[in-house]
Amino acid sequence: MSIATDWYGVVTIVGAGLVTVAARASFIVLPARTAVPAWLKRALKFVAAAVLPALILPDVLFRDLAPQEIVNIYRIAAALCAAWVAWRTRNIFATLGVGMAVLWLLKLLGSV
Amino acid sequence: MQTRQQAYRQGAKDAFPSVIGLIPFGLIVGTASTAAGMDAWLALAMSIIVYAGASQLAAIGLMVQSAPMPIVLATVLVVNLRFVMYSASLAPFFRELSTGRKWLLSYALTDHLFALVNARFTPDGSHKHVDAYYIGGAVPTWLIWNAMVAIGIFAGTLVPKQWSLDFAIPLVFLALVFPALTTRTHWITAGAALVAAFFTAGLPMKLGLITAAFVAVSIGTWLDYRQDREKRIAR
Repeated sequence: MSIATDWYGVVTIVGAGLVTVAARASFIVLPARTAVPAWLKRALKFVAAAVLPALILPDVLFRDLAPQEIVNIYRIAAALCAAWVAWRTRNIFATLGVGMAVLWLLKLLGSV
Repeated sequence: MQTRQQAYRQGAKDAFPSVIGLIPFGLIVGTASTAAGMDAWLALAMSIIVYAGASQLAAIGLMVQSAPMPIVLATVLVVNLRFVMYSASLAPFFRELSTGRKWLLSYALTDHLFALVNARFTPDGSHKHVDAYYIGGAVPTWLIWNAMVAIGIFAGTLVPKQWSLDFAIPLVFLALVFPALTTRTHWITAGAALVAAFFTAGLPMKLGLITAAFVAVSIGTWLDYRQDREKRIAR
């Protein structure tokens, strides 16, 4: 299910680059004394807390499903363990290590 | 930092620890990209063109499911909205520079460079050679990041699909979310995002993420506004 080097991929990546550089350049290239609107400042405080969970949930619950499976139990269990590690240690590599290890272990046990 | 030469060197020196810290993260982003099913050369082009790890992973997750381009772009924009804050904070330092230089420095902006410039300079005080300092930090950051992503990308093509290394993508986001949950309102926002993401996961065209993020940001912003208003009334 690899995306070939097609127009969809190329155009999307160039677009993603433009969107990103626009965010980075925004206030740097805008005329001096342009202030961040108060409502935007307030909303920006909550972007990370909103976007990251919304990214995580479908990748954990609904990816790589076995036939008849509604949610991916192994991934949920692995993600809960990883979440605990992330919360306790704030360490990205410990989180990754535990999450992957639990997933592999469960898949191994499940395939026996 | 009397001369530009010294400023370049100081920037590179100050960026050194964060550049080292980028090495494993770059490897993970690269490996997860191809493990998720992205074409290796596209993943590499994306790393160079977009140059923002978390948004690369978010975009790849959507692209391998053939999500419509506007949805992918909206997602990338939302994940990268924090750069708008950094941009506002750095703008006073770059005021005297040419427009071309402003765009070039903007392209290279990262979380670490933003922090370094703010630690070393003050917008009202002297910020002579701030652009040289910034470039001194930006060049090694850019080189090491893209080199590590490239290595990861080609490592990812060697990993069998049964290893489920695409699961590294939500795990990276999981590690990033807890530092962002600083107040009760942030926790409520995150909880609202989970609930909204659950109920919007079935939406066509992968619209779920943007919808859930919008709902949760609105809830957080509204709660925050209400708290501020109550504080003002109480006073």
